[in-house]
Amino acid sequence: MTTVTPTASTTPAAMRVDAEHRVPRRSPTRRRSTPLTIAMLAVLAYFLLPLFWLLIASTKSTQDLFNSFGLWFSHAPQLLSNVKATFTQDDGVFGRWLLNTVLYAGASALGAALLAAAAGYGFAKYRFRGHGAAFNLVLGAIMIPTTALAIPTYLLFAKAGLVNTPWAVILPSLISPFGLYLMRIYAEDAVPDSLIEAARMDGAGEFRIFCTIGLRLLAPGLVTVILFTLVATWNNYFLPLIMLNDPNLYPITVGLSSWAAQAQNGGAGASSDMLALVVTGSLISIIPLVLAFLLLQRYWQSGLATGGVKQ
Amino acid sequence: MATTTTAVARRRHGTAGALFIAPFMVLFLLLFLAPLGYAAYLSLFQEKLIGGSTFVGLDNYVTALKDPQLLKGIGRVALFFVIQVPVMLLLALCFALALDSGLLRLARVIRLGIFVPYAVPSVIATLMWGYLYGPDFGPFAQISHDLHLPAPHFLTDGWMLGSLANIVTWEFVGYNMIILYAALRTIPAELYEAAAMDGAGAWRIAWSIKLPALRPALTLTVLFSVIGSFQLFNEPKLLMSVAPDVIDSSYTANLYAYSVAFISQQTNYAATVSFILGLVIVIVSYAFLLTANRRRTA
Repeated sequence: MTTVTPTASTTPAAMRVDAEHRVPRRSPTRRRSTPLTIAMLAVLAYFLLPLFWLLIASTKSTQDLFNSFGLWFSHAPQLLSNVKATFTQDDGVFGRWLLNTVLYAGASALGAALLAAAAGYGFAKYRFRGHGAAFNLVLGAIMIPTTALAIPTYLLFAKAGLVNTPWAVILPSLISPFGLYLMRIYAEDAVPDSLIEAARMDGAGEFRIFCTIGLRLLAPGLVTVILFTLVATWNNYFLPLIMLNDPNLYPITVGLSSWAAQAQNGGAGASSDMLALVVTGSLISIIPLVLAFLLLQRYWQSGLATGGVKQ
Repeated sequence: MATTTTAVARRRHGTAGALFIAPFMVLFLLLFLAPLGYAAYLSLFQEKLIGGSTFVGLDNYVTALKDPQLLKGIGRVALFFVIQVPVMLLLALCFALALDSGLLRLARVIRLGIFVPYAVPSVIATLMWGYLYGPDFGPFAQISHDLHLPAPHFLTDGWMLGSLANIVTWEFVGYNMIILYAALRTIPAELYEAAAMDGAGAWRIAWSIKLPALRPALTLTVLFSVIGSFQLFNEPKLLMSVAPDVIDSSYTANLYAYSVAFISQQTNYAATVSFILGLVIVIVSYAFLLTANRRRTA
């Protein structure tokens, strides 16, 4: 089972991405390359194109979406009325979807990160019966696809009466085998045994040591796991799609796709304006995640700068 | 020096360690192993009109392995995997090396910009690309129309797999790039200095120092890509409503599992299909890991 693992050197590195300001290892006299920069800016244009389109499109009415050039504004920009229409459609269900998403993703990410941190710390700093077997079992589970698990999970949850409740979405997201793996590697590096010993000498209990010393040293790793589980659960579509059938419980992903399906079938009557709502709703729902992402990234950066225990 | 005392302490505090991992392991058992076991159990039964649920042994597996829809779905994601993943990882590798070279202006902006699509839900990514691909008001079609060229048929049978591959690549190149870039940043500077002293150029350094150092990270990205490609679902499911003649309910293996479970309500067969899909992923992952490891030791 050790075959599965990339060596210890890679993964804590994932948490160190933005720390280059800490290590001024490039010589400052090095020349910059204009051709390479231009090539990479072209690449950047490809990655930003759909987002640029979305920004433009959300200022248009459904008619203008069809009639004006896709990559530039139409004559009658109406972003605000689109936003208003998005939030008032179907008695403001869109706002609910946003809140649901925040709740599901927030609870899952925090829970998953805490569980992974405690377990990763336990695996890194203690030896107990079944230690190796338990870890290998979880490691093997990294390869089990979550969607292949989702259908049997749905059937079990249906028996337990959990289907069509928020728990159906949150519970399965609480287990992150990869998060556990990351936290173990990270804890091995970041929490020195000598510090734990010293705390024991001072008479601190194991749980207290974890809460006061362990968690603090693990903070940058913890943020990383929160970040990645947050993105994973925020973007989750398959699980809520099969678990929920009450539109009031939908997260953004399932809600928007149901609107998109209406817009596709529509053209007639009430759904004729749905397209503009789907587009505007998409834009609105991207913003919090990108913001949360940037904010967390900054925190994670500063966490790294202070948490210089490593090396 | 303190190794022996630590070892003793470790054993002594074993119960505490078990308590730390207990919450995770309990949920893991309930939410990972139990569904897995349940799927295995269900896959051995069939719902009969008379007599209800009956034990049929491996009948469902025999049916599944001869099921043309399932085989086609698996074949399609395998083809997708074989083409899309190398392209995506090669791009990610190039971008990571470019960022790490120190030759770029605006490196920070470029890095963040390429990574941003990862934060966009695949549902929204697919909706956006679906509209961009559109033959009516998609900008590509509009531009070709203005230039009096035939519009590209992104959503037709011949193009669909490529169009899907483009969406998935757009979503995940940045994520893979960050993993590889992070691995590159951990290479100690002394190694470069020593190589430069020995007269190694930039290419030589990339080939002999950077690539070997990237091996574990590359393994990780390939592994994630296996898992992701074989359970392709969101993108085809959403494009289905745009191009219903091209994408049917068995277009990918996972889409098939979903429609067997929730449209035709065949619980037992759905469990079989998702179990087989899981097995395929585990087998491909292991096969990859074995070859990767063999090459490393050879």
